[in-house]
Amino acid sequence: MHIVVCIKQVPDSAQIRVHPVTNTIMRQGVPAIVNPYDLVALEEALRLKDRYQAHVTVLTMGPPQAETALRKALSFGADEAILLTDRAFAGADTLATSYALASAIRQIQKDMPVDLVFAGKQTIDGDTAQVGPGIAVRLGLQMLTYVCKIEALDLEQREITVQRRAEGGVQVLKTRLPALITVLEGINEMRFATMPDMFRAARHPLKVWDKDAAGIEDATRIGLKGSPTVVSKVFAPTPRTQKAEIVQTQSDQPRDQAATLLAKLFTKFPQLRAEIGRRAS
Amino acid sequence: MTEKFDAIVVGAGQAGNAAAYTMAKAGLKVLQIERGEYPGSKNVQGAILYADALEKIIPDFRDDAPLERHLIEQRVWILDDESYVGTTYRSNDFNKPPYNRYTIIRAQFDKWYSKKVQEAGALVICETTVTDLHMDGERVVGVKTDRTGGSVYADVVILADGVNSLLARKAGFHEELKPKDVALAVKEIHFLPESTIESRFNVSGNAGVVIEMAGKITQGMIGTGFLYTNKESLTIGVGCLLSDFKKQGIAPYALLEQMKAHPAIKPLIEGGEMKEYTAHLIPEGGYHAMPPLCGEGWMIAGDAGMFVNGVHREGSNLAMTTGQLAAETVIELKNENKPCTAKHLARYRAKLDASFVMKDLKKYKRLPEIFEKNHQFFTTYPELMNRAAHAMIAVDGVDKKSKERAIRRSFLNARSWKGLMGDAFKLWRAFE
Repeated sequence: MHIVVCIKQVPDSAQIRVHPVTNTIMRQGVPAIVNPYDLVALEEALRLKDRYQAHVTVLTMGPPQAETALRKALSFGADEAILLTDRAFAGADTLATSYALASAIRQIQKDMPVDLVFAGKQTIDGDTAQVGPGIAVRLGLQMLTYVCKIEALDLEQREITVQRRAEGGVQVLKTRLPALITVLEGINEMRFATMPDMFRAARHPLKVWDKDAAGIEDATRIGLKGSPTVVSKVFAPTPRTQKAEIVQTQSDQPRDQAATLLAKLFTKFPQLRAEIGRRAS
Repeated sequence: MTEKFDAIVVGAGQAGNAAAYTMAKAGLKVLQIERGEYPGSKNVQGAILYADALEKIIPDFRDDAPLERHLIEQRVWILDDESYVGTTYRSNDFNKPPYNRYTIIRAQFDKWYSKKVQEAGALVICETTVTDLHMDGERVVGVKTDRTGGSVYADVVILADGVNSLLARKAGFHEELKPKDVALAVKEIHFLPESTIESRFNVSGNAGVVIEMAGKITQGMIGTGFLYTNKESLTIGVGCLLSDFKKQGIAPYALLEQMKAHPAIKPLIEGGEMKEYTAHLIPEGGYHAMPPLCGEGWMIAGDAGMFVNGVHREGSNLAMTTGQLAAETVIELKNENKPCTAKHLARYRAKLDASFVMKDLKKYKRLPEIFEKNHQFFTTYPELMNRAAHAMIAVDGVDKKSKERAIRRSFLNARSWKGLMGDAFKLWRAFE
């Protein structure tokens, strides 16, 4: 079995601040980390590797510094790491990124067919959750998003069963391979790499692919050129001035609680009672 | 898997990087282990880079190292509550390359340095804590780490694990740090536009200014304050002996806040946005507080060995030089096919003694004790000097002779003839 895990190096958003005057994002000196959701995806892939002797390839697109993210993934136990880096990829939005990653996965398939593609549910810097599905659509993969548990994998039947968190509950879905899975946070805990794995990760030769190596067929669909998204304005929301108030009631009966709340509202907005009375009549 | 290296370096600060780089460059098989997420993530310094020490390790460092500003002006201020007396040395000679001193931001600088170490061929492993030394009898033969399969072996281990040097302590090479031998320093980085910094400090291009401060800002504790100009930020900080902080019960951040509110300092940092707050221990015990520096299969470099010259605010250069000398000792022994025994590693000590490192530390060996016993240097004198300056400068109808007499009297009242002479003698002894 061959699993590809897509990861992204992101600025640690916990340490990013918005410039108070210019409203631009201050990235200077902010450490780069592996998108935390992608680490959950990687761990899930590594657990499948432990169970089924899968081959795990990590794939990222980014500047040369993204090497650090790949080495980290290798230290956790990934077998192969590919860095898509080319000036032509710069400025990509989710459309262009998923095009580039999908092309690269097609190249990877030429060496070894891919059964599963993993991604985090979204990145912490873009928060779009679009790249994973974008890859699935382009490669014609079954798509399972917001997965919170992999229930079963049947390699004979080439079927996978997962739990997917949906509004109001959990769905149990079964689909055939190859599939793309985006996983939710908190479903596993990342392992602590062993020392031999740390050595292997530091020494492992990475595959560095430019746009030709990544098999990009249409250069107008990658990078800034292939990105229809325009960021027209960045602004920091103004903090709310009104404060919420917790209304205490003696009774736990909904009727009494509603009465207390209404009394409070009518005291605060006297015209409200008159208005309601007028409308009712 | 048990892999054996020529040398293991614990820590990726200035000492560890210098050691790892020098040995790797000479073709040795080197493993460097760092506790932080990336080299520099846990390292704190003022930070001024002294070019000379680095130049001896990486001669062309200026080509690509992330440097903030080269320093062309040094101000020394002795502060009272509302005033300061000071000296300034500024020279255009410092404005001609190759520059002698730079301000740096360690998080960026250390990343660059570590890249050089890796390019030189050392294996650098981060996010890994060395928990113990592997001993074969009296001899250090490797390290244990907090990772599974984490034992690694080497002919020699260089401990460059910083001021606390838990490893050396655990192995019994060192005793517990004494509060009087360490300073606790806190600093903040404030962002300001480049143009504001340049106009406020009267510099242009990449030139910068250092202000070293002493006096009332430390509230009677032994210590100093500092303000450095970076490219687009200012570093401001203060450090005092840990024993003094303990005795006076002053919180370090409160001390820094009060210093920032000083009427001479406030306008310099006005409008800046605080971006970083860090605290760090500085081993300032000096020559007498130094632990043994080498033994069977091990050497100590940098802060771990108390290599700090507190008087001249030098530490990183001593760290680099000690790291380099430790590395050169290993390289020599390898070339001569000699084992890294205590007897042979004693060469490290000899190299240190012959260098500026030990010469400077010996020169000021009495200073920590003298300052510790004579707090007047940080309380009474700054006040007297400021008052004297004020009296001489204010034009108020009093004749100069009477003013001089009043100033003399103020010094005598505060310290008496015997006290003044004694203080002068102590300072002379301390700096001789």
